[in-house]
Amino acid sequence: MKEKPKFRLFPMPAHSLLLFVVWLLLNNTVAPGHIVLATFFALTIPLLTNRLQDPQPSFQKPWLCLKYVLRVIGDIIVANFEVALLVLGPNRKLTPGFVAIPIDIKHKFPITILASTVSLTPGTVSAEVSSNEHWLYVHVLHLSDEEALISLIKQRYEAPLKEIFKC
Amino acid sequence: MLNGAIVIASTLVCISLLLNLWRLVKGPDLSDQILAIDTMYINSIALIILFGISIGSALYFEAALLIAMLGFVSTTAMCKYLLRGDIIE
Amino acid sequence: MEFWIELTVSIFLVTGAIFVFIGSLGLAKLPDFYTRLHAPTKATTLGMGCLLIASMVIVTYRQGYLSLHELLITLFLLITAPVTAHMLAKTALHHKVAILDKSSGKSLSQQARERMTPKE
Repeated sequence: MKEKPKFRLFPMPAHSLLLFVVWLLLNNTVAPGHIVLATFFALTIPLLTNRLQDPQPSFQKPWLCLKYVLRVIGDIIVANFEVALLVLGPNRKLTPGFVAIPIDIKHKFPITILASTVSLTPGTVSAEVSSNEHWLYVHVLHLSDEEALISLIKQRYEAPLKEIFKC
Repeated sequence: MLNGAIVIASTLVCISLLLNLWRLVKGPDLSDQILAIDTMYINSIALIILFGISIGSALYFEAALLIAMLGFVSTTAMCKYLLRGDIIE
Repeated sequence: MEFWIELTVSIFLVTGAIFVFIGSLGLAKLPDFYTRLHAPTKATTLGMGCLLIASMVIVTYRQGYLSLHELLITLFLLITAPVTAHMLAKTALHHKVAILDKSSGKSLSQQARERMTPKE
């Protein structure tokens, strides 16, 4: 998995872009001086921190990534309304439960993204990953159909991630 | 109208802070207390943002960002301590 | 013009505050730790998002230039909320916090604690 970076002077392009944007947002400006400073940070900090990084699978399809983010944001809003209604309803109607979800994607970074998405969206919180990274344990606030939940998570969130990371 | 909305929103956020405090005092387990503290951090960010809007100053943004970061780090550190009995292994 | 901006900001502020309140209400009222974990992680993200959007709109209007730095707090909370929830759930599993009697799949929590695969 150890591979040479594509550009020696520009080892982490995504991190450089992120640093540039965050620096400008933090100062809330597009003044020329700050753009120069942001470019300087975006070029030098990755050079210093490059060696600290574990090799991770990279984004293969950036456009799918954008689509995935938009879908997750839409789902967050829907899930928030659902959870709010469940919280306001009576406690005795709740049927909480643990569910184990088999996961097909490999490597730590995609699994982390999947677990975070599951925590944010459909009334579930990811609790633990099995040590061989094949099972994700989630806690569901209102469990009505276990099979439907598993297939929803696998199709709606895991399949696009699998396509994005090609793993 | 904006002032009325700010008053209503601040009242709601203050009530939620009181509810968090109740859970912090009552919480049957340590995990409940950590969860209550974490929610209190987030609600105090909300209160600071509301205060910043009401007096019309953008200075409070930095305070809110700092509280968000410290809240995350301290919650993670407390969880780690309860999990391993040690923060830095 | 000013009326519409004030109206938008007021609606966002009150919606956000209501969601923050519902999150804390869930924290106070739900029966066991795992259900309590749901309310603050979810309801609070949308609530804070609404409040910060309101702040963004009003600051942009008052100062006359686009102000986007509230977006940083929103992004930060969106990234950290699931991480804290996961850590808290791990801690609760580790400490064998009581699970509500009627919840299904209670035996799965044993395997989750040991990070084993569930027995078929």
